[in-house]
Amino acid sequence: MSDTKQAMLANRRQVLAAAGAVAGGLALPTLASPPARAQLIQSNPAQLGIAIRKVAGSAEVKVGKVTLDVPPLSENGNSVTMTVTVDSPMTPKDYVKAIHVLSEKNPQPNVISVTLGPRAGHPTIQTRIRLADSQDIVAIAELSDGTFWQDTGNVIITLGACLEDLPDGTRTD
Amino acid sequence: MARALINVPAKAKRGEIITIKTLISHAMESGFRHTATGVRIPRDIIDTFVCTFNGEEIFRAALHPAIAANPFITFHTVATESGTFTFKWTGDGQFSQTETASIVVE
Amino acid sequence: MSAVTRLRLFAVAAMLAAAAIAAHAEIPLNERRSGYADLGRETKAMQDDDTANPGMLAVLDGESLWKAKTGNGRACAECHGDAKTSMKGVAARYPAYEPKLSRPVNLDQRINTCRVERQEAKPLAYESKDLLALSTYIGMQSRGEPIAPPNDPRLTPFREAGRATYIRRQGQLNLSCAQCHDDNWSRKLAGNVIPQAHPNGYPLYRLEWQSIGSLQRRLRNCLIGMRAEHYDYGSPEYVDLEAYLMWRARGMPMETPAVRP
Repeated sequence: MSDTKQAMLANRRQVLAAAGAVAGGLALPTLASPPARAQLIQSNPAQLGIAIRKVAGSAEVKVGKVTLDVPPLSENGNSVTMTVTVDSPMTPKDYVKAIHVLSEKNPQPNVISVTLGPRAGHPTIQTRIRLADSQDIVAIAELSDGTFWQDTGNVIITLGACLEDLPDGTRTD
Repeated sequence: MARALINVPAKAKRGEIITIKTLISHAMESGFRHTATGVRIPRDIIDTFVCTFNGEEIFRAALHPAIAANPFITFHTVATESGTFTFKWTGDGQFSQTETASIVVE
Repeated sequence: MSAVTRLRLFAVAAMLAAAAIAAHAEIPLNERRSGYADLGRETKAMQDDDTANPGMLAVLDGESLWKAKTGNGRACAECHGDAKTSMKGVAARYPAYEPKLSRPVNLDQRINTCRVERQEAKPLAYESKDLLALSTYIGMQSRGEPIAPPNDPRLTPFREAGRATYIRRQGQLNLSCAQCHDDNWSRKLAGNVIPQAHPNGYPLYRLEWQSIGSLQRRLRNCLIGMRAEHYDYGSPEYVDLEAYLMWRARGMPMETPAVRP
């Protein structure tokens, strides 16, 4: 974990702890995590690495050509708008075959895999994704010449202040 | 039948790149949520989306639980001729839905 | 206790009392802002684009239900015709006074009254897919219209009751709605911006719910979050609160179906 990230997380904990002290033990529902949730949200670089290998095999995944557009800050992890664009002429000889998006901290790393062809015109896709926590996302493009290219984005997820408990007790987080 | 909302231009010029937007109602239950008593809610998602034009596949997506509820996918294609787009979503629980949209290409 | 200490204590008490009164002051009309203004760029874009707004799925369902025969074979369309004209501005003036009940009803309750009395059909359950679809469809016909609480003196005591709930401290946290939404709007609570809490976009698609929901569902969320007792859907407490909140938001444009975090 980078120093900046560590500092940001520490600051967030300090702010929340201070708010708790001031409000006299304000117990924010989101912090009282049941064990299952705590397990899900862990950085698992090994998992991400394995997922990248599954996509690219033994090929080198170079940085470039791909632009992953995600907001740096998202109000809710349930729906984060994501756009992936690849720099490619999209001719029958030189086009994007596939785009794969992977996440660092979700319970499982695959987000979406898209198959394109020269008929796609613009090698751009947009969708809305779920992110279990603040994390990195990786978009990998597979080109018709067999090369792989990637871009990484980082999203900080804030959570809604007042979560709802449903009648059967299902947590909405 | 899930409600779907598709946006395809009614008309385009030959060779023009058009934008297609698709939105379908589906809870995309991730399979990672639990009830208060710790019982896991089973996965129930759309896992495949395919778009064909006049019978030829032009776009395919494999969706995972990380795709947000009510999946929204925007993609592009080159307008080559007039015809019909077919959009098909399939997933868990034998979920299957097909929608169509027409385009006139001049 | 010395005279100086007594004077100091009195000064502190007076300041707190003044603060308490000032704290219950309503937001000046020209400082009101919709929750839309607090959204991130992408969430705003989701609301603005009818081809991307998940709330529009409910609108489409509502449009089908509007035309569907039910109960005694009547569809809403049979009496009300094209909703685009007949329902324009309707959602903007609810809750409205219902003489038969001697109290206001909200739009959901009005829809169910129509179903039971005119269509001789069963009322739809609160927060059910169908009721939300109809109220979203009807609500959307007021999109862009200013919220117009009726100039009806019979509504006054109920608006006052709603206001009393709004400013009353309640629950384990001893918080009132006013403390967050009148006194601390635009500040952050657990990383999110506190909105002024205007009901101008309901029913709306809440990212937290991953579905569309009514104002009552949101009020229920708030009460649970405050660790206060929440009411059953359709309770007069909710309708009185709605009546007050719509009064508080008078003149602001409707955004149904809105998108919120």
